[in-house]
Amino acid sequence: MRGKHIKTVMVGGIFLCATPIMAAEGKLLATAGLSQLEGSGGGGLVPWATLAGYDSRDETTALLFMTDVNITDYRLSSIGVATSFYDRVELSYAQQTFGLPVGLVKQLSVGEIKQNVIGAKVRLYGDVVYSTYPQLSIGLQHKQLDDDSVATALGAKDDSGTDFYVAATKVHLGAVAGYNLVWNVTARATKANEMGLLGYGGPDNNGYQMMMEVSVGLLLSPNWVVGMEYRQKPNNLSSVKEDDWTDLFVSYMPNKNINFTAAYADLGTVATQKDQKGVYLSMTGYLW
Amino acid sequence: MVNHLKTALLMMSVLLVACATPTKTPISLYEEIGGQPTIEAITDNFIDEISFNKDIYRYFEKTNITRFREKFIEHLCVDTGGPCTYTGDTMLKVHQGQKITETDFNLTVDLLVNAMKKAGLTYVQQNRVLKVLAPMRGEMLYK
Ligand code: HEM
Repeated sequence: MRGKHIKTVMVGGIFLCATPIMAAEGKLLATAGLSQLEGSGGGGLVPWATLAGYDSRDETTALLFMTDVNITDYRLSSIGVATSFYDRVELSYAQQTFGLPVGLVKQLSVGEIKQNVIGAKVRLYGDVVYSTYPQLSIGLQHKQLDDDSVATALGAKDDSGTDFYVAATKVHLGAVAGYNLVWNVTARATKANEMGLLGYGGPDNNGYQMMMEVSVGLLLSPNWVVGMEYRQKPNNLSSVKEDDWTDLFVSYMPNKNINFTAAYADLGTVATQKDQKGVYLSMTGYLW
Repeated sequence: MVNHLKTALLMMSVLLVACATPTKTPISLYEEIGGQPTIEAITDNFIDEISFNKDIYRYFEKTNITRFREKFIEHLCVDTGGPCTYTGDTMLKVHQGQKITETDFNLTVDLLVNAMKKAGLTYVQQNRVLKVLAPMRGEMLYK
């Protein structure tokens, strides 16, 4: 699996080097955001109102991304693609692989949990940099587990689900001692347990709940952004506790073709294991 | 859960406090970046950037560059709080009929950023200039 990821990225990398001029360059550097764990354009944990890419109203964009989260007892990787059309519509696809520790695997007889996520987002209003009010978008993420054995064992009601969200994002030019500040607030209606990796709904709750997600970032230069994120999570399963997620991130955007993000993530208790903390690494390459 | 929220709130307040801290300079941005010579340097660099960019140059093919230079210098001087009077036409009137696309507007901003960089403005100074210019975009796009 790991070998395959690396290959995908290498091929992507070569393609990128060969076609730098084709990239959609409609936006100020570092205002396109990153690739979110579920494939949407956003921060790392939170989908934003911005669409995946630097396209303006006259352009389209496509990108490949790869994310690896290495926490105390688990691994999570997410790879995928996203496209955005005329700064209006974004479509994305991500495949998540959640690696379980050997101890748990014996109990559950599965080594990893895979999930596919299809996302769509529509920009309703504004431009993240230029409009008076924040850019506003609505979106959905439809998720399907490959195998429902773990979810079912834990008491989840479903192996697939759809999240709906509204997001507002704004860049304030020169707002913090002359540096640009970006913030995002997202409200997500969801039934997902741990993003859906542990299924949807459960004995404690089987309806949609509204979760708040927040990101704040500071553009230290045209190429560097630092910030933090917070993602509120539901608690539907009585058998396993679920915590809210936070991270502190640094992103490096050398140009409009590629960006790299490193983060320190604190995911709290995940599937019975306490204090899940670790490093989040992500790379996005823009194809055009 | 509570802990996470606390960390999150703490981080936010740190950033917000940073927001509230007043910028120390009582002098105008105009003076800070070096006054009239810097404004002229930015404008000359900007004209140079435009003349090497075929996507943007096509808007300026019939333009009287001497007039543009003079009016743009005045405008930038006023924008940065300098002691000038703008004697040109309104942004709406000047850019109307040109059907400036969003791509070309954003590209022009990149050229202006290059022009400011070459004139020696720091990243923070560039941001402060863009902050003043950004609200004018509405008077230029697709008119
Ligand atoms: C924040 C951005 C901008 C500012 C502050 C600005 C400012 C100005 C000023 C002060 C003038 C001279 C007005 C006069 O002659 O009375 C001017 C003229 C002009 N601007 Fe802009 N401009 C901006 C963006 C753009 C963009 C994005 C384009 C096209 C892509 C553009 C194209 C032109 C052209 C072609 C003229 C000359 C019009 C003529 O020939 O009479 N400007 N601009």
